[in-house]
Amino acid sequence: MKVTKEDLENVAGLSRLFIPDSQAEAYLGQMDAILSYMDNLSEVDTSEVKPTTYALPMENVFRADEVRPSLPRELALSNAPLKEDGYFKVPRVLEE
Amino acid sequence: MATKLYEKTAHELHDLLVKKEITATELTEDVFSRIDDVEGSVQAYLTLTRDEAMAAAKAVDEKIAKGENIAPLAGIPGAIKDNICTKGVRTTCASKILEHFVPPYNATVMDKLAGQDPVLVGKANLDEFAMGGSTENSAYQKTHNPHDLSRVPGGSSGGSAAAVSSGTAIWALGSDTGGSIRQPASFCGVVGLKPTYGRVSRYGLVAYASSLDQIGPITRDVQDAATVLNAIAGHDPMDSTSSPKEVPDFTAALTGDVKGLKIGLPKEYFAEGLDPEVEKAVRQAVEDFRAMGAQVQDITLPHTKYAISTYYLIAPAEAATNLERYDGVSYGERIDGADLVEMMTNTRTELFGEEVKRRIMIGNYALSAGYYDAYYLKALKVRTLVQQDYMEAFKSVDVIVAPTAPTPAFGIGEMVSDPLKMYLQDVCTVPLNLAGLPGISIPCGKSSANLPIGLQIIGKPLDETTILRAAHAYEQGHEFHGEVAHVEGEKA
Repeated sequence: MKVTKEDLENVAGLSRLFIPDSQAEAYLGQMDAILSYMDNLSEVDTSEVKPTTYALPMENVFRADEVRPSLPRELALSNAPLKEDGYFKVPRVLEE
Repeated sequence: MATKLYEKTAHELHDLLVKKEITATELTEDVFSRIDDVEGSVQAYLTLTRDEAMAAAKAVDEKIAKGENIAPLAGIPGAIKDNICTKGVRTTCASKILEHFVPPYNATVMDKLAGQDPVLVGKANLDEFAMGGSTENSAYQKTHNPHDLSRVPGGSSGGSAAAVSSGTAIWALGSDTGGSIRQPASFCGVVGLKPTYGRVSRYGLVAYASSLDQIGPITRDVQDAATVLNAIAGHDPMDSTSSPKEVPDFTAALTGDVKGLKIGLPKEYFAEGLDPEVEKAVRQAVEDFRAMGAQVQDITLPHTKYAISTYYLIAPAEAATNLERYDGVSYGERIDGADLVEMMTNTRTELFGEEVKRRIMIGNYALSAGYYDAYYLKALKVRTLVQQDYMEAFKSVDVIVAPTAPTPAFGIGEMVSDPLKMYLQDVCTVPLNLAGLPGISIPCGKSSANLPIGLQIIGKPLDETTILRAAHAYEQGHEFHGEVAHVEGEKA
């Protein structure tokens, strides 16, 4: 296997996902099959090739730094699962 | 010519509206009565906006009554894929995590469309966050292929394609990251156009893979595709990757003439796994082009066989990053937990579907320390080679012709247990997204099981004009375009 149970736990943690033991086997098998297939890339010589991140040749798109209208706070908060006094509300992060 | 209003194309209906032979209200009522008839079995829509649609139709009728000029899409009912933000109308991405999300703003394409006064029927189903090729990954419902209800409509824009194919919308918007407009168009027997990367603003399109995503039209014929593209194309300061290049009138390109057009036939797209009936239909279409005066030559795109691996590393890597925002804090649903990390983990674990989780994990794996060079960076380099193949080919040809999908529509449930097999279905569509090229899928025949087959025409960057001209010329000589599927169980 290319992907170990430890890899899966590590990547699930990075992804803020929890994979219960009952599903771990299935995910491992599928990810292993997919990543093994992708090993075909190793046969391509890319030593002289530059990476492409965007297909169109554009870089450094600038705009004037000026104040423009933005979403009113009330609207920006309108989809928040929990809010209070004009802020998003989350579980306590710092200890008292 | 089609007799019922919902069976007609947008340009036919526009003419009837202008001549005052029909009203937008009659047309919209006709489409909703078709919805009442077949939507229960097709299930293309996640949200219907009947009241808003009737009000929009009435407003267009008032304009016509006052003698005002109307735009080509005015009063014409259309469907919007549910990953495109519609101000005030729920936008779910077919995910539980956005079940109650109501965008506070419009996608740029929606603002542009609004200038044409179209009638919006509703929001169309998709694979969750546009990840999939069958629309089976929707968290809400399975959309059925109108030509055979036991089969998938393709995906991820399966709802959009099924709506246009079943007569519950005249036109639709989809999005295409690895084939998600073209493949469902092929499966449902309609026209689907993926514009050049950057031709249409992505602002307000919920991001899946930002360097690959592009919005485009799904319609009954090529002229309608050109009309919708006219409405949505153009530079947008809100999307810094949108092209500042001038936008031509795409309908002006439809001359019917392909004499001297140089067509390339890539041998790598006619490889093992291609259904013999699909190959036969596509090769016949190539002969038809030759008969119309086009010049056909064989070409080679040698890195095609690496495109699936490249795509399924780059797209999940971008998706892993883009979907970090669904953390239960600023919008979307939340599942509580003892602390912040547990809240985020509970939210994402319970509310993302399996395919979305799989892609996020593959993406984070490919981006993580120790694997970045071997997977993600390697894929970006092979992406360069895939793009160079096309640029080399376009030195000697104007367009490239290939199948859209290796098979006609497959059965619902047939591939869900084997994600790799599902990914391999995208072999003919993902290379274009990697290279940013425009491509159109048009119907080119049917299989012995009476399932539509799609022909793909691929163009140079920003040259939608030539692929539309070729597609339109082909369409003129063939009867099977523009037809609405007879849906099993529909009223006679």
